Amino acid sequence: MTDRNMALAQLEPGEEAIIQFTDVNKWYGEFHVLKNINFSVKKGERIVVCGPSGSGKSTMTRCINRLEEHQKGQILVDGIEMNDNLKNIEAIRKDVGMVFQHFNLFPHLTILENLTLAPIWVRKTPKKEAEEMAMHYLERVKIANQANKFPGQLSGGQQQRVAIARGLCMKPRIMLFDEPTSALDPEMIKEVLDVMIQLADEGMTMVCVTHEMGFAKTVADRVVFMDAGEIVEANTPHEFFENPQHDRTQLFLSQILNH
Amino acid sequence: MAIEFKPSPSLPPPQNSVGAVAWIHKNFFSSPLNIALTIISLYILYLLVPPMVQWVFIDATWSGTSKADCTAGGACWAFIAVYFDQFMYGLYPEAEYWRVNTALVLLIALVAMFAIKAVNKAMLAGVIILVYPVVAYFLFAGGVFGLAVVETANWGGLFLTTLLGVVGIVASFPLGIVLALGRRSNMPIVKSVCVVFIETIRAVPLITILFMASVMIPLFLPDGMNFNKLLRVVIGITLFSAAYMAEVIRGGLQAIPKGQYEAADAMGLTYWQSMILVILPQALKLVIPGIVNTFIGLFKDTTLVYIVGMFDLLGRIQAANHDANWLGTTTEGYAFAGFVYWVICFGMSRYSMAVERKLDTGHKRK
Repeated sequence: MTDRNMALAQLEPGEEAIIQFTDVNKWYGEFHVLKNINFSVKKGERIVVCGPSGSGKSTMTRCINRLEEHQKGQILVDGIEMNDNLKNIEAIRKDVGMVFQHFNLFPHLTILENLTLAPIWVRKTPKKEAEEMAMHYLERVKIANQANKFPGQLSGGQQQRVAIARGLCMKPRIMLFDEPTSALDPEMIKEVLDVMIQLADEGMTMVCVTHEMGFAKTVADRVVFMDAGEIVEANTPHEFFENPQHDRTQLFLSQILNH
Repeated sequence: MAIEFKPSPSLPPPQNSVGAVAWIHKNFFSSPLNIALTIISLYILYLLVPPMVQWVFIDATWSGTSKADCTAGGACWAFIAVYFDQFMYGLYPEAEYWRVNTALVLLIALVAMFAIKAVNKAMLAGVIILVYPVVAYFLFAGGVFGLAVVETANWGGLFLTTLLGVVGIVASFPLGIVLALGRRSNMPIVKSVCVVFIETIRAVPLITILFMASVMIPLFLPDGMNFNKLLRVVIGITLFSAAYMAEVIRGGLQAIPKGQYEAADAMGLTYWQSMILVILPQALKLVIPGIVNTFIGLFKDTTLVYIVGMFDLLGRIQAANHDANWLGTTTEGYAFAGFVYWVICFGMSRYSMAVERKLDTGHKRK
């Protein structure tokens, strides 16, 4: 990583960081999957992480709520260090929503129950209140009329919108998206992206791993490009797409934009 | 201007693909091999069924006081009729049969209440698991409220079979869940304790465990300290069945996609919350056939208690076969035992299928 990009991935002094990676390293057995990641996200910032498969972008994102453990370095989320302390992990997970590539809705619960589960059991919200809140978010993702169906009865795009609503029900301070549209039919990608754009407009702090470059151009404050476990380049969308610094970035962009 | 797209109307299926005739054709006569199999099966049924009906019903004797009364050449059901009470209750005093019956009716009534919508299911389950056993125990054993004491040595017949089966099933299920979770735990000590327990128990025949429970444990206990043989046997059966149950449930846990664990973790659920609310409901539903398999196996394995001198349904029938008045009625005795076990096990199997259908939220194509 060049010094210039290093500076872009870092904060200006005095700015408030909600996510801070310092020299983070991670291995899967012998495989060095994250190499010296230095990276921070400001409150309200929208980050798009892209890169070829196997570049470590999902792994980096999943370190933020400790679905993956890092072995070296420091990760601060909302001022709390992510380490083996279960209390810290649970505290952070309450405030960090996550949307997965394969939705991961709970198939044995109705849509409404999927949404109220965490508020009732983790936030100890009364059931009635939790249901009202759930209906509110279901309306926002335009799926309230399906509240009593089971996930198996919904299309992929609908399921992913439910998954986003489920994340929002916890009133998170950060939303993580791990390739939210990669498992969807082309016709359904837009309905999910529309919900995400709406969320971005409301000032949610978002970290999105995605290949949707149109989304990156319109929504992102910064685009982070990763390859082989490193952040190669991090820049504003305009600079990133118009004036990529690295040959690796140029190659990647030429491959995904010109097919 | 674009041409407007109108979907074509849906048409009914072709005539010869629905209805009774089509069904018979498809299932019995669809190919030369199928036709041959149908004819052979009908011939085998013709050979077996009429003589069986003759023996069981037409030539059977239904009442009498000894084998000598059975002269019709068919089954001697008089034997079953005379010994029926003993087959059901063992040597439980006749005047106290009502206590066993009351406990059974109470259990059926409590379980039936699950079907009522207004009932709090968690509370009902609590009553069945915590309160009912105490009530049932005092009903059976007596010694309180002026009920005469009945020694457990006199408990027998189908009553004992059911008691062992129900207690074994109810106790081994939660124990099996705990063992399965323990075996998948990240904590090395918990994991090794569970692995050693499961592998040890599974490596030993049930008869060995029953012998251990009834003969060897008393040798190890200090003088004067002893507890009931029935209780020891129940514990033995429960532990045995729990080890099998644990492996069945572990199979279900492994079938749950990693994403379900991750989604539960990501929303901040604790380990026990995510297991009880997310993982176990799905895992247990997947392995209902395996669980019921274990239940049915356990129910039939209770017959082994005759080895340690307890007389369950089969034990009582075998004992009655030695009655000098009824020599030569072994076939009827075993036929009756087989019929009773079949009714109960088939009932469990059908019930489990109904539960599976009720819990199916997968909405897969049939």
